[in-house]
Amino acid sequence: MVIKTEPFVVNIGPVHPSTHGVFRMRATLDGEVIVDMEPVFGYLHRGIEKLAEERTYTGCIPLTDRLDYLASMSNNLAYCLAVEKLAGIPVPERAEYLRVIMAELQRIASHLIAVGTFLNDCGAFMTPVLYMIREREKILDLFEMVSGQRLTYNYMRVGGVSQDVPEEFIPALSKFVKVMPGWIDEYDWLLKENEILLARAKGVGILPKELAINIAASGPVLRASGVKWDIRRADPYSIYDRFEFAIPTGTVGDCYDRYRVRVEEMRQSVRILKQALVQLPSGEVRSEVPHLIRPPAGEAYGHIEAPRGELGFYLVSDNSIAPYRFHVRAPTLINLTALREMMVGWKVADAIIIFGSIDICVAEVDR
Amino acid sequence: MTVALSGKKIARQIEKHFPGGIIESSPQSLVVDRESLLPVATYLKTAPGLDFDYLTAITAVDYYDYFEVNYRLTSLKRNHSLVVKTRCYGRDNPSLPSVVSLWRGADFQEREIYDLFGISFEGHPNLKRIVLWEGFQGHPLRKDYLQW
Repeated sequence: MVIKTEPFVVNIGPVHPSTHGVFRMRATLDGEVIVDMEPVFGYLHRGIEKLAEERTYTGCIPLTDRLDYLASMSNNLAYCLAVEKLAGIPVPERAEYLRVIMAELQRIASHLIAVGTFLNDCGAFMTPVLYMIREREKILDLFEMVSGQRLTYNYMRVGGVSQDVPEEFIPALSKFVKVMPGWIDEYDWLLKENEILLARAKGVGILPKELAINIAASGPVLRASGVKWDIRRADPYSIYDRFEFAIPTGTVGDCYDRYRVRVEEMRQSVRILKQALVQLPSGEVRSEVPHLIRPPAGEAYGHIEAPRGELGFYLVSDNSIAPYRFHVRAPTLINLTALREMMVGWKVADAIIIFGSIDICVAEVDR
Repeated sequence: MTVALSGKKIARQIEKHFPGGIIESSPQSLVVDRESLLPVATYLKTAPGLDFDYLTAITAVDYYDYFEVNYRLTSLKRNHSLVVKTRCYGRDNPSLPSVVSLWRGADFQEREIYDLFGISFEGHPNLKRIVLWEGFQGHPLRKDYLQW
């Protein structure tokens, strides 16, 4: 006799250790296999786009910190670029370099958390993530030196950065870029060919190249699917055209590729940091900007390659002191579009890994 | 460097395919009417030389008289971009055709516009609120939305 089974619905989340925030996956299961999945979000919606409409242009910078709080510096940068485009404000040379240094340090810090928590989801509970938090701590110390904060830095300003770095910063950063490659080698030595990691992540949650482009995926998720697209190279902003770096890509677009792309990107970021340290000029760090910025009526879109993908700010000005419209192109929201396709057919345990490999930040998804 | 294509140039190029469909064009963008949105989008996606395979972002702006919805298109193959805009009149039940059939990336973003601006997208496979809960009254990003 064959026992008939019926599919049933399980809510993974909203509060679940694997969802990295308050995020719900409404999964329909047949036994242990996922047959349908619908992401449900909005639990962390704070209406940042609406809040920004009643703040001054400078007053919006702290709001951007709270979008992707694992990459606050990158958010600051993208927003400031959009305002500078809108109002035509120049940025001094030294500030450009400081911005690149902060953005690349932030990329490393963000990828460390991404990789660490991904391995956590794979079952390597707490050990790898604690190694990576150890390294991230060094970066947070550097950020604390320049901004006094460890999570929401509010460091960049329209037309530069808020203040120059203290004198102990450069020696500390030089030391960091010297030791970081060794730490990345250590992760590779521990994990790259780890049998359990390969068994869990290789071939799981494949995002084909065509689908990745069609859903407008960006960042490591797009590159792991074999698309060589990086805004830093494709549409260089700030001074990224002055640095040499490679764009790591994957081949099949599975969880393992996404993990590898992130690790390789950390190496490339260290490369950029080394070059920036050599080239760093002296001088002003902030151009003359009025306290209340009043850009001419019009619109501008500033975008950067944030750790999680293309982060863009679309601003519309009506020549007042607050943005008329403030829109965030959130990379993680759009990267989640193909979540269903990536998960269907896999088991619940694999779904956790697939979700972890996309690396979302719920604060940015919901805004 | 991503080349931002001039809306004016593209308008001249595609005008003959969509007579009367293009309302206005400027170096920054191309404004099409509601009925021609889907045909123009299909053309831009498939025409050789344009190949807009990547829909970077969709947003709406409330200008009181109308809602402007803008589509930021990019071609990864040719590394160029274009902004296509459309206008949507009426505040009671504005609607636009959905582009999800062309670019799946529009899925969540159209839902977000529906949620926060109240513009419905015809042909969207799963049009419902995304960040606010079912039963929420009003659309907060409209300029006439009262917070209290």
